[in-house]
Amino acid sequence: MSSFRGRDVLSIRDFTPADIQLVLRTARKMVPIATGEKRSRSLEGKILSTLFYEPSTRTRLSFESAMARLGGRALGFSSAEGTSVQKGETLADTIRMVEAYSDAIVLRHPHEGAARLAADFTEKPVINAGDGAGQHPTQTLLDLYTIWDEKGAFEGQNVVLVGDLKYGRTVHSLAYALAELGAHLTFVSPPTLEMPAEILERVKEKGLSFRAAHRLEEVIREADVLYVTRIQKERFPDPQEYEKVAGSYRVDMEVLRDAKRGLIIMHPLPRVTEIAPEVDRTKHAVYFKQAFNAVPVRMALLDLILGEGA
Amino acid sequence: MRELRVTPIKNGTVIDHIPAGLALKVLKILGIGDAVTSTVTVAMHVPSQAMGWKDIVKVEDRELGGRELEKIALIAPTATVNVIRNYNVAEKRPLALPDWAVGILRCANPNCISNVREPIESSFVVRSKNPLRVVCKYCDRELEDIVSHIL
Repeated sequence: MSSFRGRDVLSIRDFTPADIQLVLRTARKMVPIATGEKRSRSLEGKILSTLFYEPSTRTRLSFESAMARLGGRALGFSSAEGTSVQKGETLADTIRMVEAYSDAIVLRHPHEGAARLAADFTEKPVINAGDGAGQHPTQTLLDLYTIWDEKGAFEGQNVVLVGDLKYGRTVHSLAYALAELGAHLTFVSPPTLEMPAEILERVKEKGLSFRAAHRLEEVIREADVLYVTRIQKERFPDPQEYEKVAGSYRVDMEVLRDAKRGLIIMHPLPRVTEIAPEVDRTKHAVYFKQAFNAVPVRMALLDLILGEGA
Repeated sequence: MRELRVTPIKNGTVIDHIPAGLALKVLKILGIGDAVTSTVTVAMHVPSQAMGWKDIVKVEDRELGGRELEKIALIAPTATVNVIRNYNVAEKRPLALPDWAVGILRCANPNCISNVREPIESSFVVRSKNPLRVVCKYCDRELEDIVSHIL
């Protein structure tokens, strides 16, 4: 019996390195099913609720695809509009209602901590698909899967996280998990968008060292993984200042001139201008593969949580 | 000769060894000011051998318990709470910070689910007692200014 059976997935911090490895190994086995080469009925008869209080097409569709590929079904809503939420129903009540209709609940919500609240109100497993500026653990798992699948290991890899490290939710969870898995971390950001002290403290607690830099050129030579995030315009009161900052973190062929041959470039997508289109054609670019990995990783989680054979 | 600044009370609670300056915050925690039916005596900036200066609060005809003590422990963990019955110390109530602070603090993050209309109590895990550090169970943020977020 799996330790995952019936388990909530609320924060990446609930996962031990062994848990993460199990998800990654299971995800790899799911790939031929995710591509449609093989068939599976392991979740036949199971129903997944996808409650999206704010739209996130990619996340919702990949969960629904994952469920369908395993023979299960998904039901839910893709925005709060037109639901009982608009009538003033509390999240707690919605969860108690939905519990009766499904075997597991995927929740995307604009408020931080919503998934933890939901988990308190139901016996059914709750999977956090993003809570405000908080956690998005399945995104972290698919990022980890991509690194592991491409590089074969975490230990000793030089991972450079670049862009908006202050508000970028994905990089916080990823930094924490990578620190736990033994990667070397380098943070590259404008001075106003540095990694929050709280995250740095948690990385330090793991006994790991990290580097911080303001210029990508300083660190690109040693990088094995370059994780790029979008710098959002609304973070800058002055549009000119934004243009200047965003331009200096743009990844193009010039920046990659001194990069290792095996460097992989990742991005949670959607990207705007932070990676030049010319980079797409290089072997470095794995961001579209990363987007595909969402399906096998979410399949792995669903199968471990709901499946019989896990 | 010792000068008696605050007279003994017959029944009630004496909160002694409050760090100087925090007596008014203790009064706020006790809800004094709303509908008080007994005498409350406050002594501020009293000389203390152990602390240099301290504050004292005496509340007549009221014995404190549960969450009131937890809240006081949040701001004044060194305070002592003595229950007085018939002019004698009948009981010393220990001030202990629980591992979880439930229903006594409000999360400072306006976007936290605990600040939305939901049927839950705020809940903080006490990460460290000295210095006091608490983290919201829901949004996982550390509460910076604890004193001003006491409910």
